[in-house]
Amino acid sequence: MSVTRDTPLLARYAESLFWMARYLERVENTARLLDVTQTFETPGREDESWFALVRINADEACFAERGLRPGADAVKRFYLLDRANPTSIPASLDAARTNARTLRPLISTEMWMQLNVFHRDMIAIAPDALQGDRLSRLCRLLKEGVQTHTGITDGTLFRDQGWFFYQLGRLIERADQTTRLLDIRYHLLVPAAGEERRIAELTQWGAVLRGAAGYHAFRRVARPGFTPADVVAFLLADTAFPRSVLLCVEQMEWLVGQLRGRYGLRGTVPALERIEELRAALLGRQVEEIIAQGLHQFLDGVQRDLILLASEIGTAFFRDWRPLANRTVATSADNQSQST
Amino acid sequence: MTLNETDPFDAYDAGGFFCELTSPGRGDDGTAATLRSRIATIGLDALRARAAAAETELIDLGITFTVYSEATAIDRILPFDCIPRLVTATEWRKLEAGVRQRVSALNAFLHDIYHAAHIVNDGTVPAELVFGNANFRPEMRDFPVRFGTYVHICGIDIVRDSTGAFLVLEDNARTPSGVSYVVENRHLMSRTFPDLMAGMRLRPVDDYGRRLLGAMVEIAPDAVADPQVVLLSPGIYNSAYFEHVFLAREMGVPLVEGADLEVDDDHVWMRTTAGRRPVHTIYRRISDDFLDPKVFRADSLLGVPGLIGAWRRGNVTLANAVGTGVADDKAVYAYMPRIIRYYLGEDPILANVETHMCRESEALAYTLSRLEHLVVKPVGESGGYGITIGPRATRAQLEMARAALQADPSNWISQPVVSLSVAPTLTEQGIRARHLDLRPFAVTGRDTWVLPGGLSRVALKEGSLVVNSSQGGGSKDTWVLDEVQSVVGTDATP
Repeated sequence: MSVTRDTPLLARYAESLFWMARYLERVENTARLLDVTQTFETPGREDESWFALVRINADEACFAERGLRPGADAVKRFYLLDRANPTSIPASLDAARTNARTLRPLISTEMWMQLNVFHRDMIAIAPDALQGDRLSRLCRLLKEGVQTHTGITDGTLFRDQGWFFYQLGRLIERADQTTRLLDIRYHLLVPAAGEERRIAELTQWGAVLRGAAGYHAFRRVARPGFTPADVVAFLLADTAFPRSVLLCVEQMEWLVGQLRGRYGLRGTVPALERIEELRAALLGRQVEEIIAQGLHQFLDGVQRDLILLASEIGTAFFRDWRPLANRTVATSADNQSQST
Repeated sequence: MTLNETDPFDAYDAGGFFCELTSPGRGDDGTAATLRSRIATIGLDALRARAAAAETELIDLGITFTVYSEATAIDRILPFDCIPRLVTATEWRKLEAGVRQRVSALNAFLHDIYHAAHIVNDGTVPAELVFGNANFRPEMRDFPVRFGTYVHICGIDIVRDSTGAFLVLEDNARTPSGVSYVVENRHLMSRTFPDLMAGMRLRPVDDYGRRLLGAMVEIAPDAVADPQVVLLSPGIYNSAYFEHVFLAREMGVPLVEGADLEVDDDHVWMRTTAGRRPVHTIYRRISDDFLDPKVFRADSLLGVPGLIGAWRRGNVTLANAVGTGVADDKAVYAYMPRIIRYYLGEDPILANVETHMCRESEALAYTLSRLEHLVVKPVGESGGYGITIGPRATRAQLEMARAALQADPSNWISQPVVSLSVAPTLTEQGIRARHLDLRPFAVTGRDTWVLPGGLSRVALKEGSLVVNSSQGGGSKDTWVLDEVQSVVGTDATP
């Protein structure tokens, strides 16, 4: 018994669903990064700690263009108040809302209403909400706003093929953000050497795990005398942790497979090949080997693969029908891009 | 109502105008009195608090239109007045029949002028008003439309004079908007004022989407078994975007933009994730000029190149048809009573406002001599722009109007000032009389269906006669009472 007909999905809707999910996932993760950075502030080296955030987002040029000098205040404002900065939280919220506006015929009223109100509240963040202990509270509100969106979406978004594009967007972004969270550790300064260094390192790895909401799960599954390599392996390749890159990649594979099998979409092969490559990169080597050869370079490689994957999906389902040059009507889609 | 609170209607004065709640002789069965006493029971403070909550909800829901200025885009709500406007069953019978008649006449007129043009050839309507009209589309000549329906969606602006007589102010036969507010206002009322509505037998408004889709399916090209209907919108930056979303959702069809469509071999396709899919009926919310850059404005980025060709080949249906603007023109309006008699052999059920066409020298002389008593309107404008209301105008404004009239008389019509009816409206001062109009919506495929009620627009400024949303108008929920009002009676006094 079913009233459901196989309804076609406009390519533009698929694209908007993908990007709405991505931008919101980005908001949540940027809030996580800000929160972690606050905990990381090395006494006496606060400016460097905060500037690490700019580096992992590859925002140095954009930051410098504004005449900003590395420092806690400047970085916080850059990501929390500056709507003109395309990687800021308000800019992501603007883009998410614009996509949601495009999707209003498709998404639930509850999804739209929550996002509309969340956007309105958060683009009006007051500068004093960035200070002291209030920053952490603000980050919590941002995370909760996105999580509320996620819950409403889970409970109300119709699960036709649009849902699969939505999930693909958020998983690609989530995997990308986990690599950035890991990367932040790479840029951090640690005290000189010895026992002091070891403890400082452990504290920082603990904070990275907390930033990804994985601290307790990690403690449950980790060996008693765990090393930093175990944390890296957990965030990159655990098969049960929701923010692990591998778990995201495996879910993407399932989603693309469903689009192919259940909805008969053609053009999934290049995307599936990219996913295969990502998996091979994550599982092909021992984590110690990755670290020895340079974690930062490895993470860069994963980020590039994710960009390629997103572009394969775009080419197959969003963009092949119209050359970019012919996109004469200004739409938000034109401005949608990776943060790198 | 507590003892120390006064009846908020004590200070209400309709000021000699016809009142949609308090004037007698409307075939009302006591509902008006019940409504009035329920409002009094709620009391002014609670009314205000709930009205504010209702407006917040509209903002949160994004039931808004966008106002663009140089650099900013602001989402505004259509202000919502929580005191509903009543239409009795007797009144609605007349309105509905009048709207049907008007739509039939508009379609017959369009069919005629795009075919043999009898009405022009025998001199009933001047040729230049039709063929010289900027909205006349020669491309439409001899083009067959299904069921002879050109105007599938029609919104007719109706006012009431001081005697309570209904008068048609304007026919909107292109892409009339506002129906989303009719339905959303009802939903909002039932959430915020369930106690006002309890037990009232109101004609429902929820059927609009189903009826509209039904008509869109009916008019699809002949050979198509399961036609694909789409709504064509200029996109998210259009001020009426919410309404487009509403209509697409209510019909359950994709909301497309021009770039989502392509024409190949005179067939229309939409671009989906699974490649292109055929499209058969397009409810377009884009004006004629922008539909097809190959035929109309070449600089249009909103339309679809080749669309008109596909339409002429009968492979896709457009609603409304191209070229309907010639029928809702303000100069043609003046001929509507004659047009109705000409095609239908009936007297108009709804009268026109007396109209002087300044293109005729007598009418021009009359208008110029009584400028301070008349409303002067440009023929081609909509949205309440370019209007001079004589009794309200300054000397300078009157002189400007006089100069404009003399420069190009045929661009102008004049009408007496209609003493628009009023309805109780919640204001800062309390419940006060404000002028309003009514725009019923008619959907026509094979037959015509009229949505019970319509959009009641209210001029929120004291004394103002301009109800347009762009100029400070708001809206009310419009309650059409069912034929049998057996349930309500009068509420017992608590």
